[in-house]
Amino acid sequence: MIQVENLRKEFGHKVAVDGVSFSVEKGEVLGFLGPNGAGKSTTMRMVTGYFRPTAGLIKVGGVDMLESPEEAKRSIGYLPENAPLYSDMTVASFLGFCAELRGLRGADKRKAIDRVLETCFLEGVRNQSVDTLSKGYKHRTCFAQSIIHDPDVLILDEPTDGLDPNQKHEVRNLIKRMGQNKAIVFSTHILEEVEAACSRAIIIDRGKVVADGTPNDLKQRGNMAVRVGVRGAAGSVIRAEIEKISGVHQIEPGASSDDQFTGRVLVTKGRKMADVAREVASLAAAKNWQLEELHQDEGKLDEVFRSITQSDVIP
Amino acid sequence: MSKQDIQNIWSVFKREFLSYFNSPVLYVIVVIFLLAAQGFNFMFGRFLEQGNASLTQAFFFWHPWIYIVLAPAVGMRLWSEEHRLGTIELLMTMPIAPWHAIIGKFLAAALVWCIALALTFPVVMTVFYLGDPDPGPIVSGYLASFLYAIGCLAVTSAVSAFTRSQVVCFIVSVAFCILLTLIGYPGIIDSLVKSLPASMESAVRFVAYLSFMDHFYDMTKGVVYPRDVLYFVSVIILGLLITGQALRAKRA
Repeated sequence: MIQVENLRKEFGHKVAVDGVSFSVEKGEVLGFLGPNGAGKSTTMRMVTGYFRPTAGLIKVGGVDMLESPEEAKRSIGYLPENAPLYSDMTVASFLGFCAELRGLRGADKRKAIDRVLETCFLEGVRNQSVDTLSKGYKHRTCFAQSIIHDPDVLILDEPTDGLDPNQKHEVRNLIKRMGQNKAIVFSTHILEEVEAACSRAIIIDRGKVVADGTPNDLKQRGNMAVRVGVRGAAGSVIRAEIEKISGVHQIEPGASSDDQFTGRVLVTKGRKMADVAREVASLAAAKNWQLEELHQDEGKLDEVFRSITQSDVIP
Repeated sequence: MSKQDIQNIWSVFKREFLSYFNSPVLYVIVVIFLLAAQGFNFMFGRFLEQGNASLTQAFFFWHPWIYIVLAPAVGMRLWSEEHRLGTIELLMTMPIAPWHAIIGKFLAAALVWCIALALTFPVVMTVFYLGDPDPGPIVSGYLASFLYAIGCLAVTSAVSAFTRSQVVCFIVSVAFCILLTLIGYPGIIDSLVKSLPASMESAVRFVAYLSFMDHFYDMTKGVVYPRDVLYFVSVIILGLLITGQALRAKRA
């Protein structure tokens, strides 16, 4: 549904997006990850036809965005960053305006408004002025606008930004549910969101795609580890024994004392966590130590994120 | 224009027009306009003293000076507000052409002026009650006044596309409107012609010809030349084209 090739955007001398390519099919939810200022919003603005790319190709539903923007925009629903709204309108009249621009009139328009008010839990504020709404409601109103014409493609720029945990959960479920028959792209810098809602994720840094895969693929890039807690001998002794097990790459010690050891045992790339865990268990049995904790620690997405993107905090 | 074009323009127009009535600014401006139009008419224009059953000198004469300030006040929110709220991003990612939005918004502001002018009807009733005026110059005067107002609006629309600040838009638009009014003001033109060498006279006359004033007066006297109407129409088209280009540049 969405096809983006070698997208490039320059602002003066500054290159904001540098050769980004990706494609999203129906039924896919693509997470767009990256530090602030990495070019996520700029990319989304180009895909939705707001910015004109310096170079590259954008096709939405098979229609070229640069050649026939009006037609390409028809199949897109877009939630811009910060969820802008006309503050002097009521929720229903705002949605009505958006529905009209989407070509919905009369009974179709009324039905569409009722549908999105229900989907986004906005019935209670239907006739309230946008001005007087809390941030969560404002956000959902703008979200409602993006799905009013039931588009095939949804592009959401930080859809959960500024929401409380319950609302975040609700929006994530909504994205997941709609992702079954739409192509969805959403950006975030909350990593748990990617795991919760995405079928695929792209990490973008300084305008370039630095990783592309399922959340699990990305996690594999991180360190696999087994968390271990053993009692029965001095920490240093236990540690030395564990280090001898094959497949152990490194040990991150936690709290240790005279008669116990806790820590994370990092597994060498290509070896299985389960094998190392079994070895640790049989080691403890052989030495007559008490095993207090044994847990497979999958790679953490935020570790991966940190290792492949460069923070703008550190020069 | 296809049916789709008209529907899109209508939707934008309707939203923009209704939003004027949701803000107190509009009411303030209309009241000030009515007070100023009638005040100038009776005080400076000596409507009653001159004993002339006409609106040309007393009433329409002062309108440009009112529009210089009040037309930008009505138009300053056209695009500045969209930039400030960020709703421009919504509008420009809708499946409509930018000119639909530009025209729809402009027409909404123009209708506001149409209503404000219509509300000056008591002065027309007065002049008909007191004397026996020629209705021609009154109709053409209203036309001239309306064209002047929406000419200033077109200038404001162009300026507002450049900035997200309504204050900046207001000040810059007022400056442009003053300029476009003054370069055709007879007193200024005459003194310029006298002080400059004779060879410059045609240049001065040409610049004066580009001003709003030059095309306004004849019409208030009851003479509607197509060239004067065409002049205002071109100013409006130019203003809207600049608006379109400014919006494009902002998105590039």
